[in-house]
Amino acid sequence: MFGKLSLDSIPFHEPIIMVTAAAIGIIGALVVGLITYYGKWGYLWTDWVTSIDHKKIGVMYFLVALVMLVRGFADAIMMRTQQALAAGGAEGYLPPHHFDQIFTAHGVIMIFFVAMPMVIGLMNLVVPLQIGARDVAFPFMNNLSFWLFAVGMILVNMSLVIGEFAKTGWLAYAPLSELQYSPDVGVDYWIWALQLSGIGTTLTGINFFVTILKMRTKGMSLFRMPIFTWTALCTNVLIILSFPILTVTIALLTLDRYLGMHFFTNDMGGSQMMYVNLIWAWGHPEVYILILPAFGVFSEVIATFTKKRLFGYKTMVWATAAITVLSFIVWLHHFFTMGAGANVNAFFGIMTMIIAIPTGVKIFNWLFTMYRGRIQFTTPVLWTIGFIITFTLGGMTGVMLAVPGANFVLHNSLFVIAHFHNVIIGGVVFGMMAGFTYWFPKAFGFTLSEKWGKRSFWCWLIGFYVAFMPLYALSFFGAMRRMQSYEQTEWQPLMIVAWFGAVIIACGIACIVIQLVVSIRDREKNRDLTGDPWDGRTLEWSTSSPPPNYNFAYLPDVASIDSYWEMKQQPGGFKRELATKFEDIHMPKNTAEGPIMSLFALFFGFALIWHIWWLVGVGAIGMFVTFMFRIFNNDTDYHVSAAEVERTEREYHKRLEMQA
Amino acid sequence: MATDTIKQHDAHAHDGHEHHDAGAMKVFGFWIYLMSDLVIFGSLFATFGVLATATAGGPTSQEIFELPFVLVETFLLLISSFTFGLAVLAQNAGDRGAVLKWLAVTFLLGAGFISMEIYEFHHLIAEGAGPDRSAFLSAFFTLVGTHGLHVTFGLIWIAIMFFQISKRGLDSVTMPRMLCLSLFWHFLDIVWICVFSFVYLIGAM
Repeated sequence: MFGKLSLDSIPFHEPIIMVTAAAIGIIGALVVGLITYYGKWGYLWTDWVTSIDHKKIGVMYFLVALVMLVRGFADAIMMRTQQALAAGGAEGYLPPHHFDQIFTAHGVIMIFFVAMPMVIGLMNLVVPLQIGARDVAFPFMNNLSFWLFAVGMILVNMSLVIGEFAKTGWLAYAPLSELQYSPDVGVDYWIWALQLSGIGTTLTGINFFVTILKMRTKGMSLFRMPIFTWTALCTNVLIILSFPILTVTIALLTLDRYLGMHFFTNDMGGSQMMYVNLIWAWGHPEVYILILPAFGVFSEVIATFTKKRLFGYKTMVWATAAITVLSFIVWLHHFFTMGAGANVNAFFGIMTMIIAIPTGVKIFNWLFTMYRGRIQFTTPVLWTIGFIITFTLGGMTGVMLAVPGANFVLHNSLFVIAHFHNVIIGGVVFGMMAGFTYWFPKAFGFTLSEKWGKRSFWCWLIGFYVAFMPLYALSFFGAMRRMQSYEQTEWQPLMIVAWFGAVIIACGIACIVIQLVVSIRDREKNRDLTGDPWDGRTLEWSTSSPPPNYNFAYLPDVASIDSYWEMKQQPGGFKRELATKFEDIHMPKNTAEGPIMSLFALFFGFALIWHIWWLVGVGAIGMFVTFMFRIFNNDTDYHVSAAEVERTEREYHKRLEMQA
Repeated sequence: MATDTIKQHDAHAHDGHEHHDAGAMKVFGFWIYLMSDLVIFGSLFATFGVLATATAGGPTSQEIFELPFVLVETFLLLISSFTFGLAVLAQNAGDRGAVLKWLAVTFLLGAGFISMEIYEFHHLIAEGAGPDRSAFLSAFFTLVGTHGLHVTFGLIWIAIMFFQISKRGLDSVTMPRMLCLSLFWHFLDIVWICVFSFVYLIGAM
């Protein structure tokens, strides 16, 4: 009846997990209670869960990402604590099987359920506004993508309490992830969480690719698009081309585990090296999927706050495109030691180093944009400058790792850990925090507290260096990654320093939370009615904040790069005038099919993990039937009447005048 | 979704244009989906290429492939692509009856293809050459089976399309869907030609 699932699957004997589960349970009950008390279920359902509004979907992505950041960070500080304790024969407080789950969960959560939703969330919020569109190309699919992603997130979190998570590392290398060595459900949780959310990501990629290519407003040629939109376009190309490889890789592993096939097994002709090749053929483009939009954010931020057009717009675009192409021919640098041969290693080493050239172009473009600009040291600018320094450093250690000879020594050491945290924290996290602060007022109509934003930045910056510079040093003494314990007591002082760095980062995360609380409390004081709090340059700032669900009453006409800025520079400037004539606006309707399909997908995934075959059937049929409802639903869109548009616009202008 | 800008002074009715846009966008989006699906098949072909000789002492491709049988399969699928083309021509001519007729023919040909494939798989498994026998057979069953799964979904889609067109006729909803289905069906044909050439022909030699 319940497959492999029984009461024994719940780790009652693990106090850490039980306390965490209890805490999650209490917080969850509290949230549910509050929603019920205030009677907000209907509002949540109609305004958020079933929403196809790209802005709301973007907000939901980012919210989930912030919650999961706390979860992923909890894993991080547990690992740092363990390594600070477990020296010279000491066992620490985490047994190996638990420690292994934690480093796996940390990697999976931070990449798939923090970095990805932050990137996709910003893309959702910003891209349609930047190109002067009213929605994305396939609004229903957008909602479905979000909920499939949510299913993956829920499965990962379920594994904490029901059963266990993979103990294989975040990429579940075979043959360790095969049934023979990982007979438990941990790897199955990994498989289905990533497979379902990965399909959601592929759909997002297709959706935004079509949106950017087909839905730009009049006059916005490709080379007039804001840089963030450009980076989003390239990221979507990477998603479309690389995520199917992940889908295949995971599917093959699934076939090995469920149907006894032999793709990556030790025996019967299976090839473990093929697994590593396939997973990194996706995995390397993936890191650029994350970093390119961050580059886009920095480009917007630095142009806005230096009051200059971005230096070298065209070179920025071409550098992005070059990185997009190159990201597909460097994957082998993740396993130089596999023994592919000197020539192959040399090729991939050189290709990897070449990526430093377009990246360098970008760094210089940002520097030259700042040069002789009137830089305002707002929070997003601090994140940007912190990024330029930190990322350059991380890029250099990356080039060191790209030398196959050096890589043989550094492989699997803490050097690798220090390097990729250097670029992911210094690049993606800083970029997403800059974007968060920069576009928050667009989503909500009030600015975030600068004071707490800056405190958060300094904690993150200092915390990063204190936490990860010791790891570079330790790697030179031979410290490997993923150590549950180690003999060398002389490593312990640096491990304790690294732990302290993680604590400083914890303060940075706390500052983000406080920043949100304080800013929401003071929202009336920080209200921005103009829709343009930073004196911005691109179209998203030309509409009100938060924008009406149709974004623009009249779609703007674009004549140049930074067209909104150019409009403001016209004699007489840009006036937010009420239009004289309004039109019906064609919009998609909210839909319940996305969340319902995803709920069945959750049953489907969970049942497959635990071999509950009847529930697999229920999930599959449920998904199919719900999809049929969608197919045969003729009532998917409507017109916002001209009268309603006029009413909305008039209300906004009344508030504007009152403020003036 | 309106994608054209409207000047305040020359606002004009644009409803018909909107729907045309939405249909074209769907077809374009479907093209992009097909490209990502192509990456799935590409990865599976690469996997097959790596494992084609990893027979682990089990049957080799020369021993299990029967080219005449596969050739019949191939022609069923190729002809079904042709009949689907006729369905689209009938759609362009606005002839609903002919569209339904050719969809039905396409369905039967596709079902014939799938039946033959199921027979082949069953035959192989019964002979002890199932997908768990060796890495080569895992890769073979997965590549061909993934194509077969696509064809099966195509058949379900054809059935739904048949039902929908007979119910609501050829309109702005069903016509773009027919174009997407047509792309899908021809795409599977192209993939099969690669399967036939790289898996069966080269394998049997």
